[in-house]
Amino acid sequence: MTELRDIRIEVPVLARVEGEGALELEARNGKIEHLRLRIFEPPRYFEKFLEGRSYQAVLDIVARICGICPVAYQMSAVQAIEQAFGVTPSAWVTDQRRLMYCGEWLQSHALHIHLLALPDFLGFDNGIAMAAKYPEEVKRGLRLQRLGNDIIALFGGRSVHPIGVRPGGFHHNLNPEQLARCLEGLRTALPDARALVGWTAGLSLPDDQQDFTNVALRHASEYAMYSGRVISDQGHDLAVDEYERHFRELHEAHSTALYSLLDGRPYLVGPLARLNLNHDQLSPAAQQALAETGWQLPSRNMFHSIIARAVETYEVVLEAIRLLENHQPTDTPYVVCEPRAGEGFGATEAPRGLLWHHYRFSEDGKVLHARIVPPTAQNQARMEEDLRQSLEAFGLHHEDDAIRLRGETVIRNYDPCISCATHFLTLKMRR
Amino acid sequence: MSAWSPEHPDALDQLNQRPQPRPKVAVHKFSSCDGCQLAFINAGEALITLSQLVDIVHFAEAGPLDAEAEVDIAFVEGSISTPHEKERIEQVRRQSRFLVSIGACATSGGLQALRNFNSHSAEQWTQAVYAQPAYIDSLETATPVAEHVKVDLELWGCPVNARQVFAAIRALLFGVMPLIDKDKLCVECKRRGNVCVLVAKGEPCMGPVTHLGCGALCPAFGRDCYACFGPAENPNTHALARRFVGLGLLPEEIAHRFHFINSHTPAFRSAGLEWAE
Repeated sequence: MTELRDIRIEVPVLARVEGEGALELEARNGKIEHLRLRIFEPPRYFEKFLEGRSYQAVLDIVARICGICPVAYQMSAVQAIEQAFGVTPSAWVTDQRRLMYCGEWLQSHALHIHLLALPDFLGFDNGIAMAAKYPEEVKRGLRLQRLGNDIIALFGGRSVHPIGVRPGGFHHNLNPEQLARCLEGLRTALPDARALVGWTAGLSLPDDQQDFTNVALRHASEYAMYSGRVISDQGHDLAVDEYERHFRELHEAHSTALYSLLDGRPYLVGPLARLNLNHDQLSPAAQQALAETGWQLPSRNMFHSIIARAVETYEVVLEAIRLLENHQPTDTPYVVCEPRAGEGFGATEAPRGLLWHHYRFSEDGKVLHARIVPPTAQNQARMEEDLRQSLEAFGLHHEDDAIRLRGETVIRNYDPCISCATHFLTLKMRR
Repeated sequence: MSAWSPEHPDALDQLNQRPQPRPKVAVHKFSSCDGCQLAFINAGEALITLSQLVDIVHFAEAGPLDAEAEVDIAFVEGSISTPHEKERIEQVRRQSRFLVSIGACATSGGLQALRNFNSHSAEQWTQAVYAQPAYIDSLETATPVAEHVKVDLELWGCPVNARQVFAAIRALLFGVMPLIDKDKLCVECKRRGNVCVLVAKGEPCMGPVTHLGCGALCPAFGRDCYACFGPAENPNTHALARRFVGLGLLPEEIAHRFHFINSHTPAFRSAGLEWAE
């Protein structure tokens, strides 16, 4: 006989994710009957603040949605604005934006791998505690993160809420001394970044095969980051403005984040989805590093996300070096943007997945309507589905603490940024 | 000029009379983008050094969790925008000897304080954004920490940077109140040798009324300051608004200059309301 007992575990805050969340779980006879990932991040109404504001303020506003990925918000928004006003920035601008975006991927991935995810796999509560035993690994993470921040600051003055991007291009040229220091730092870090791929592939990660739909941008000629078409391994191949035909957001009672579904079903965005769909477009050096690990793609194991982040870390270091080496100063870092009535769409790959924006503007360039679909909202339904499967596979006979830790580890695979969609994991367990 | 601001010297005494010389530190998050906590997390090896100088007992984003621990110094990020946050901030105050609010959200309510004087209520906005508004629990306003509990030190900025945060901790470790320069951005901008974007380019720069500390980034990039560090001491908002009229800004545009990242500060709130239609 299974003894039925009510157990309530309070973990005041879900650590090492960005935002607040809680997990409710009811299990009976080793089966989960009820599972909910609750997101509590207080609503901040960004889409409403945007209404009535000039297009010139949009990039400064949307940066504030997320301190971890402000560049992503600016990159999706700026392309929507430019589309609405019929402006095409120069190839120089597109290259520099890609370079700036490399900086954000680098800082975000380095932080997530080393300080947020790694403690789970090395058996520590947190990165600060881990630093005493693994000082070199933690310092490597901090160095790579620093380099990423430096790249953002090249263009933005600072890495959090950078100020350099404007509709039509950038406010200014790069400082040549800073540029040279950045390039030197990246070249020095290249062996670290390469070694990270093999090192993460060598970690002892749980094996949990699941079935899910991958969604990412795909670009004609490069590993998609700044632009591309929305594709899936279910045959979707959509222009950015066709997104709403297949993707719908639902609002569930237990969460301030909206749930996004693809044709009514959960789907995955983020590093593993991107690699599963686009690994053929990695640079030769990254493909080589990937091949040496023997890791087979596509992968159906979400715990491989840490390796996917490492591969992308190496890829963006390579790409940033390439772009910096080819960098030429210009007399025209921007083209003038004249407002007109219209609408625009923008989609880019934030470090944690697809970030989609849609705006409508009045004739004088004021925002009439804004809609933003962040990556964490897109992953939320998939996270619940994953938790249900992976906790049953893990075994509900384990102690509550072990179940809670496994649940948190599963959630951290998605690098949820709950500010933009939740750190408050209260596990309520009934069994 | 620069103000020495012992807002609450008794709190400093409290801090200096702590039983253990090695202080316990907590970083708490309220309604925010998480960007100000990055002043710690992005500090690189300085963060490791800090973890050797103090006990970081609660810092959810970095990992350590003990939200209810009694601490010597508590850093608070974010504004107060839900009923639960109102209760939490009082709890944080009770368990902390010295409380520092960091960033625009905590010091002024931040960008989300724009809801405070919207003609629509937060409830209407909830109905517009969320399909199931009944599930959303939100206060009508987003307000700074100091409107709810006593704050011992405020560090302004959207976001605050590592220099501000680490300079404050260093001073507190030495047992003295941190020196906060509350002068105008123009002072910092001149020291950097920037060309004035207001005078030379006619850009509606907020520098003359804005708290320095960011490094005068926007003017250095050739663009106008948008006051993400909040109002300076004694800001002459009226004169600057008149200047903006001279530059051809419409009243609503002037209101928007003040009603932006730090709209809930008394100086910017009233300046913006003068021009709002």
